[in-house]
Amino acid sequence: MSMLEIKNLHASVNNHEILRGIDLTVNAGEVHSIMGPNGSGKSTLAQVLARRETYEIAQGEVLLNGKDLLAMKPEEAAGEGLFVAFQYPVEVPGISNAYFLRAALNAIRKYRGQEELDAMDFLPLLKEKMRLLDMDERFLNRPVNEGFSGGEKKRNEIVQMAVLEPRLAILDETDSGLDIDALKIVANGVNSLRSPDRAMVVVTHYQRLLNHIVPDYVHVLVDGRIAKSGGPELALELEEKGYAWAEPEAAISK
Amino acid sequence: MSSTKTIQDFTSQEYKWGFVTAVDEDRIPKGLNEDVIRLISAKKEEPEFMLEWRLKAYRHWAAQEKAQAEPRWANVKFGPINYQDIVYYSAPKKKPTVKSLEEIDPEILRTYEKLGIPLEEQKRLSGVAVDAVFDSVSVATTFKEKLAEKGVIFCSFSEAVRNHPELVKKYLGSVVPYTDNFFASLNSAVFSDGSFVYVPKGVRCPMELSTYFRINASETGQFERTLIIADEGAYVSYLEGCTAPIRDENQLHAAVVELVALDNAQIKYSTVQNWYPGDKEGRGGIYNFVTKRGKCLGVNSKISWTQVETGSAITWKYPSCILMGDNSIGEFYSVAVTNNYQQADTGTKMIHMGKNTRSTVVSKGISAGHGQNTYRGLVKIQKGATGARNYTQCDSLLIGDKCGAHTFPYIEVKNSTARMEHEASTSKIGEDQIFYLRQRGLSAEEAVSMIINGFCKQVFRELPMEFAVEAQKLLGISLEGSVG
Repeated sequence: MSMLEIKNLHASVNNHEILRGIDLTVNAGEVHSIMGPNGSGKSTLAQVLARRETYEIAQGEVLLNGKDLLAMKPEEAAGEGLFVAFQYPVEVPGISNAYFLRAALNAIRKYRGQEELDAMDFLPLLKEKMRLLDMDERFLNRPVNEGFSGGEKKRNEIVQMAVLEPRLAILDETDSGLDIDALKIVANGVNSLRSPDRAMVVVTHYQRLLNHIVPDYVHVLVDGRIAKSGGPELALELEEKGYAWAEPEAAISK
Repeated sequence: MSSTKTIQDFTSQEYKWGFVTAVDEDRIPKGLNEDVIRLISAKKEEPEFMLEWRLKAYRHWAAQEKAQAEPRWANVKFGPINYQDIVYYSAPKKKPTVKSLEEIDPEILRTYEKLGIPLEEQKRLSGVAVDAVFDSVSVATTFKEKLAEKGVIFCSFSEAVRNHPELVKKYLGSVVPYTDNFFASLNSAVFSDGSFVYVPKGVRCPMELSTYFRINASETGQFERTLIIADEGAYVSYLEGCTAPIRDENQLHAAVVELVALDNAQIKYSTVQNWYPGDKEGRGGIYNFVTKRGKCLGVNSKISWTQVETGSAITWKYPSCILMGDNSIGEFYSVAVTNNYQQADTGTKMIHMGKNTRSTVVSKGISAGHGQNTYRGLVKIQKGATGARNYTQCDSLLIGDKCGAHTFPYIEVKNSTARMEHEASTSKIGEDQIFYLRQRGLSAEEAVSMIINGFCKQVFRELPMEFAVEAQKLLGISLEGSVG
């Protein structure tokens, strides 16, 4: 059974169709990269999978470990093992990172019928994951993302991913706004989480992230459809030739 | 969208304290005149000085009433109040002074049990002494003997008038004179009970003191009066909680609280106010018109107000500090929630008179439904208050698009050495935030709770533990655990 199976997915917002028939299969242990120009629907895909309700689903089917993802609430999808590292993580003033993450982890554990972790068990776990992303311990008690720099927010997303240990992780432009050092730290963090029973979908604009997180498959999203798929070499080819090179095929298939 | 629905569900939880207790009432007829004042005073077997004071207050109030001087400047709307249509005294039929809990009507004991305030001492948290005020009278005060060992006086106001007239005479009206304002005058004339606390020199009160106010009878007003005196070097933490049954008519609650802190003394006063707020259409509910003020009379004294105001149809209150003693400190931490058609006009006054006096004001207003929430604050630096400092922070959180938040800060500075800071913000609870938390596994309700909890954190952490729990229940939110 595949980790994620997307069949002919159409999604729109305010009657404007953004995803126009996506097909994608991701198996456990694989890392897929979705690339594409601005406005091609990359972030929409991430948001739809995360079950953001702003999008209307006109057609299609999405299975997460064989279960109907489109029938799930966002928190149920999280319980089923879906994690999305957002492009613009929001701030939650007054709630510390540590408190928030323990609440999230326990909500997910509760969903799975596992015992909740108390603070004594949780703190060492969190500290270990923070070291992985080279984050100072003072971030434990800082309110979630409040006053964080762009890079700190992105690193914090990966810390969350490391703690929540999802089965399927979607990284939405995690590289945007990162300098090269931060990019390496984030990529190392992500690589350390690669495992045979976990799949990842890395959404990005630029090839440079894929130098550090080498995907098994690359897909080019153009105008709401996957216009090209291939191995890691496709990303290099794109970098060289630009997205326009991938576009005609999409136009033909309209 | 479902997160909007969540917000609606969250803000439309039913009032859970709205039951009525069946007790025989000793109530006097409706209406107010000098005979009623005399009757109340006689029922309470008061000394002459008390009656005189009440009558002076009544005459002052009656003149104001005649001149239609009921204050209407607050940012709240309500119809005319017929002061002759209110019962000014109602008490459960029993001796108002009970020697032991066995003498209390078991129905009343059950009422407090139901409210989560068991009065039997062995059932209480050992750290809290309670005075239970039921309609017009105090029905029980726990842990009196234990407090007496330390010289702490904690009793109903009526008892204080009888047993400690010298203290009452000295301090009653010394912070809020009977001429202070319309509702304070009315309270001074008709107040029926309340709590009295005196902590002697150098004593740190060994437990939290608390009063639980319950309005039960219909068509009555509740007019209680609290007086707390912390003598030199004393410390006391006092908590009050309030609930009332669900009724269609509006009921008037006009209380007065006076605090006096002498040299090096400290008073911490916390309120969780949850009077019946009215129904979803805005019918019924308590008019909570309250005057609370503390005087930092001595040097290095400190008075700290913390309030969580979730109830009442209309809230009109400004817990204030008069900072007379040099180096004295005033604090005000407030969470005010207005939902459905609730209205609140609340804030504080910090009057700096002594040198190097400091004050901190943190106000968090949450508006939901059609609620209207106003912060009104005055920071006044008098000529002599050299080196005074104030920090004010007013934050408003809007839930939905039919509510309102308003801020009226007044600042008067007459000494150029003063340092003032004022910060204000208004935000809307965001779909983005809710979605983010839900993606991490939290339910929509948990997400909203967490966001509100984060917003109120600065205030909640000022509450004593026991009350933090109550505040948490009230907002339907889970407080932060030991992590973070």
